[in-house]
Amino acid sequence: MGTQTTAAAAGTANYLDDRTSIGGFVKFFARKLFPDHWSFMLGEIALYSFIVLLLSGVFLTAFFVPDMTEVHYEGAFPTMHGVEMSEAFASTLRISFEVPGGLLMRQIHHWAALLFTASILIHMARVFFTGAFRKPREINWLIGFTLMILSLAAGFTGYSLPDDVLSGNGLRIIDGIVKSIPIIGSYTSYWLFGGEFPGTVLIPRLFTAHILLVPALILGMIALHLFLVFLHKHTQYPGGGRTHKNVVGLPLFPVYTAKAGGFFFVVFGVIALLGALFTINPVWNYGPYDPSPVSAGTQPDWYILFVDGALRMMPGSLFGLPFEWELGGYTLSMNLLIPGLIMPALLFGFMALYPWIEAWATGDRGEKHVLDRPRNAPVRTGIGVGVITFYVILVLEGSNDIVANLFHLSLNNLTVFFRFAIFLLPVVAFWVTKRICMGLQRKDRELVLHGNETGRIVRHEDGEYIEVHELLDEEARWVRVSYDDISPREFEPVVNDRGVERKGHRFEKAKARLSRFYYEDRISPVTPAELEEAKHDH
Amino acid sequence: MSNNDQDQTENTTPESFEDPGQPYHRPRLADKDPKAAKRAERQVAVLFGISVIGTIMAIWAYFGLRDMGDDVASIQQTNTMIGLGVVLSMLGIGFGAIHWAKTLMRDHEMVEERHPLRSSDENRAEAIQKLKDGVEDSGIGAGPDGVPRRGLLKGSLITALAIAPLALLVPQIGNMGGDWNISKFRHTMWKQGTRLARDPDGSLIKASDVTIGSAFHVIPDGLATLEHDRLEEKSKAVVLLIRMDPRDLKIQPGREDWSFDGIVAYSKICTHVGCPVALDEQQTHHLLCPCHQSTFDVADGAKVVFGPAKRPLPQLPIAIDDEGYIIAQRDFEEPVGPSYWDRLKSGDTTSEEVAA
Repeated sequence: MGTQTTAAAAGTANYLDDRTSIGGFVKFFARKLFPDHWSFMLGEIALYSFIVLLLSGVFLTAFFVPDMTEVHYEGAFPTMHGVEMSEAFASTLRISFEVPGGLLMRQIHHWAALLFTASILIHMARVFFTGAFRKPREINWLIGFTLMILSLAAGFTGYSLPDDVLSGNGLRIIDGIVKSIPIIGSYTSYWLFGGEFPGTVLIPRLFTAHILLVPALILGMIALHLFLVFLHKHTQYPGGGRTHKNVVGLPLFPVYTAKAGGFFFVVFGVIALLGALFTINPVWNYGPYDPSPVSAGTQPDWYILFVDGALRMMPGSLFGLPFEWELGGYTLSMNLLIPGLIMPALLFGFMALYPWIEAWATGDRGEKHVLDRPRNAPVRTGIGVGVITFYVILVLEGSNDIVANLFHLSLNNLTVFFRFAIFLLPVVAFWVTKRICMGLQRKDRELVLHGNETGRIVRHEDGEYIEVHELLDEEARWVRVSYDDISPREFEPVVNDRGVERKGHRFEKAKARLSRFYYEDRISPVTPAELEEAKHDH
Repeated sequence: MSNNDQDQTENTTPESFEDPGQPYHRPRLADKDPKAAKRAERQVAVLFGISVIGTIMAIWAYFGLRDMGDDVASIQQTNTMIGLGVVLSMLGIGFGAIHWAKTLMRDHEMVEERHPLRSSDENRAEAIQKLKDGVEDSGIGAGPDGVPRRGLLKGSLITALAIAPLALLVPQIGNMGGDWNISKFRHTMWKQGTRLARDPDGSLIKASDVTIGSAFHVIPDGLATLEHDRLEEKSKAVVLLIRMDPRDLKIQPGREDWSFDGIVAYSKICTHVGCPVALDEQQTHHLLCPCHQSTFDVADGAKVVFGPAKRPLPQLPIAIDDEGYIIAQRDFEEPVGPSYWDRLKSGDTTSEEVAA
């Protein structure tokens, strides 16, 4: 850098610092350390696809008209000439066929939205399986969870804006679910649609939610999320020299400025590649919204599939027992409430509260900054795989017509199978995963105690042949022995030494039971004594 | 495999292994070989150069390709070329920066101490004292030196704050629901004598047009020219008209005169969540909703044979008028579409409005 530029930079820095004391800020940030691991990039993908969404969204707002007034189409796309459609749909066609770069931006926007929701879920799974949600990060887990919900809201409101027949049917399904809410359902539907479905106000309302309310909330939540990441300092995987009391990594400036900054451009580039070459949501093939036609094999965006699958799976009546009840002249549609509202509420509630559930079982109050290898938390890993299994079954049921077609199965049999599978397979997946984790832990013990096979055979004086094993080096051993060996919490007697019932003993008993569920079966890490003994055996 | 085995060990062995500390730093090729470093530098510069080319390509595609014509195919080509330009422009910068960081920037891992997030005890005490002082100054809590406790203020402030949002929310929510007249769910455009018309062109249907095994997507005559609420009315009024061999048709008790010579008309709006029940399986006389696969048996009162719906599709009573056109005898006898809480209640204002 030339002396002139240096002087200019110093001058600018001086000018700014005199007025903002930004120096302290830079001192705090510039060389902040971040540990290195590929799985830490998953959250970055979510952040960067959100930035791509903002950029491409600004482009689209310049041309999209959120208006449900009916018009006759006379634009550049000949197949639709004379068709009655809303201004919203017509402007979507205009963006696609008359604005240079418009379809590109629409497709970039849509692909980025799909990637945004997907990367949030995968990032969440990483945080879950490595135990990164533990103290002090429980609140940040909750903020991240809220971001996941907001991403679904952003996705769904945006998906509905073009007012095509596919998204219109999606809205009608939402209307059906809303109407099933006891007492206030019909009025809530009127409140949303400004009267009867579909009305003329919904698209403008969704537009405001999509470009103002939801993104503003997301931005605020992202700011909080990242603030807490900086405050807590990033977690790190176990390894030599890494403890709960330090952070080992490379500095934000320049290494992560280049790596993470560069990664933004890579994410943008990949989304642009998808947008340039792969058609997504070709609404001109579907046509404008009309309450009458619908075609088979149509799918919502992937992140809605799990609710759609639950709706498909839930029987209207089972063995003659109906799930729509008439109570004192009022109608209660459990066949809608269970899949449409109760199941998502339970699933999301469990996800949101999980850090506290596990903390009850563990009873550990310390700060945790070194991540778990998933195998070292067999029950948690099992629960995670169980929940994913539950989710995947719902997604598969949500595309059961396509699955049935693909594998030449009967649609009805597939649904009946999933009705059983949704209860059975998550439990099986939990149990199998837990056992696999413990198997891997035993394998780790084996490696630490007896080392790797070298392939060298030695013959003893007494004629016995043995294969020489080479013990692990210190670093490799440390990774396999440095995990917390948590034993179940002890439950103290119900009455204390003065013979009085202790307060809250019921809750404590529940916590002790939970703790046994988590930690009764466990594989302890090898101790130095065990290693000594194993050496003597040879 | 428990830790009871420890009992037999000598006292000299430690309880647990010791942290071996950070591993030895492995130098990269570019750290050792200046030639490799120079090569990496050139690669990074080339990548940044590719980005510049990509940007130029996007701008060229925008201006240059537009002259080709305004038809759909040429604009698609412009889109693809702008897109590929953006791809190069972004990936060039991205891969360049990452390559730079991975090959040339110093990669010695450093260590930083963490401090417990809990504030120090003094800070906590001070914070609590400050809050106490504030509470005392405000008079919410009782002060030690005779400052009176103003409990009335606390109660009235909380009440005021709790209900103040209503001043905004009541008009907001009140306006958003239109006229709130949910009894509209109970009525459709069908009236005595409304002729059945084809969807979407609106041409009328004669009984003689409907051959056995055929199915028609039907709207009420006059819907296509409706000035207001066309989609709202269509959302409730669409009907499927099907003719079966009369011997296959099980006439429902009380509905003996609702069909005509094997011709039946059922609401097309699914009783599950309101999708159009659009797929007709001719062989089995089943209607399938493609959204969630509720299946209805047309031969037997459109009762549910599979899937998440619970109620049969509402039937539209039909007849034939003097000119041979199929007409509705009256409106549906129950609300069409998904169930809702007050579905069976007839606290009804619209029917009077209609009559008036």
